[in-house]
Amino acid sequence: MKFSDFVSTDAIRSHVDAGSKEGVIREMTQSLVDAGSIAAADYESIVKAIMKREDLGSTGIGRGVAVPHTKHPSVSRLVGTVAVSHSGVDFESLDGEPVQLFFLLVSPPDRPGDHLRALENISRQLRDEAFCRQLKSAKGPVDIRSLLEEADSHGVTT
Amino acid sequence: MSEHTISPEQHTISPEKHMVSREEMVSREVVVGMPQGLHARPADQLAREARKWQSRIELLNDSQRVDGKSILEVLTLAAEAGTRLVVEVTGPDAHEALEAIGTLFDRNFNEQENNEGR
Repeated sequence: MKFSDFVSTDAIRSHVDAGSKEGVIREMTQSLVDAGSIAAADYESIVKAIMKREDLGSTGIGRGVAVPHTKHPSVSRLVGTVAVSHSGVDFESLDGEPVQLFFLLVSPPDRPGDHLRALENISRQLRDEAFCRQLKSAKGPVDIRSLLEEADSHGVTT
Repeated sequence: MSEHTISPEQHTISPEKHMVSREEMVSREVVVGMPQGLHARPADQLAREARKWQSRIELLNDSQRVDGKSILEVLTLAAEAGTRLVVEVTGPDAHEALEAIGTLFDRNFNEQENNEGR
């Protein structure tokens, strides 16, 4: 799976303002509403579901990266977006580092394989430290988009 | 069943401990039993448990070999339900570590169906 298979490019944000976990999740979910990837009516329900998932254990996977996510019946295909916080947000990550790079995923409940493949793609690409660093220092959504496109064209697709 | 609940912070790996260690390698096969596969939460549990031990803990899936102490690495397995993996543990506390990791898989990471993120 490639980034282009699930990242809603219009929802990419290079400067999230929020300083808290919930704030970032709200901002990113709103960006998916604004991009037309999810319905405004589902906004609150999706935010709550993502926060409930965080209560089970942080999705901060280390290296300043978090993948907040949930299953939600309102989506028929996996949708996601990417955001960068230049100041970093405490996400209770395994390594204790503040998180600067966020991949938010909303997946249909009956497609666990797609969700796994998206996580696989994100984690495999992020093993490249340069890629990780470049994403975190992106000046605008266009930078992030081109970095993702570049990763897609280099990576082995699965 | 009671499990020891020691937070990972208390169990950081110190280089000194490595010097007195005997290297021993043990392994066993495990099966991913969770319907959702080895997704972020079990990967996090796995890495947290693995980090409690001094031994090197690796997961093998066909040609792939990943560090069990790294969520990022574990997630690159994209192991769906039913996938067979080999857990290979090398180090002074290899037996206990393998037992602990094996138990996580045997118990399906205490995963309850249908509640994730709902």
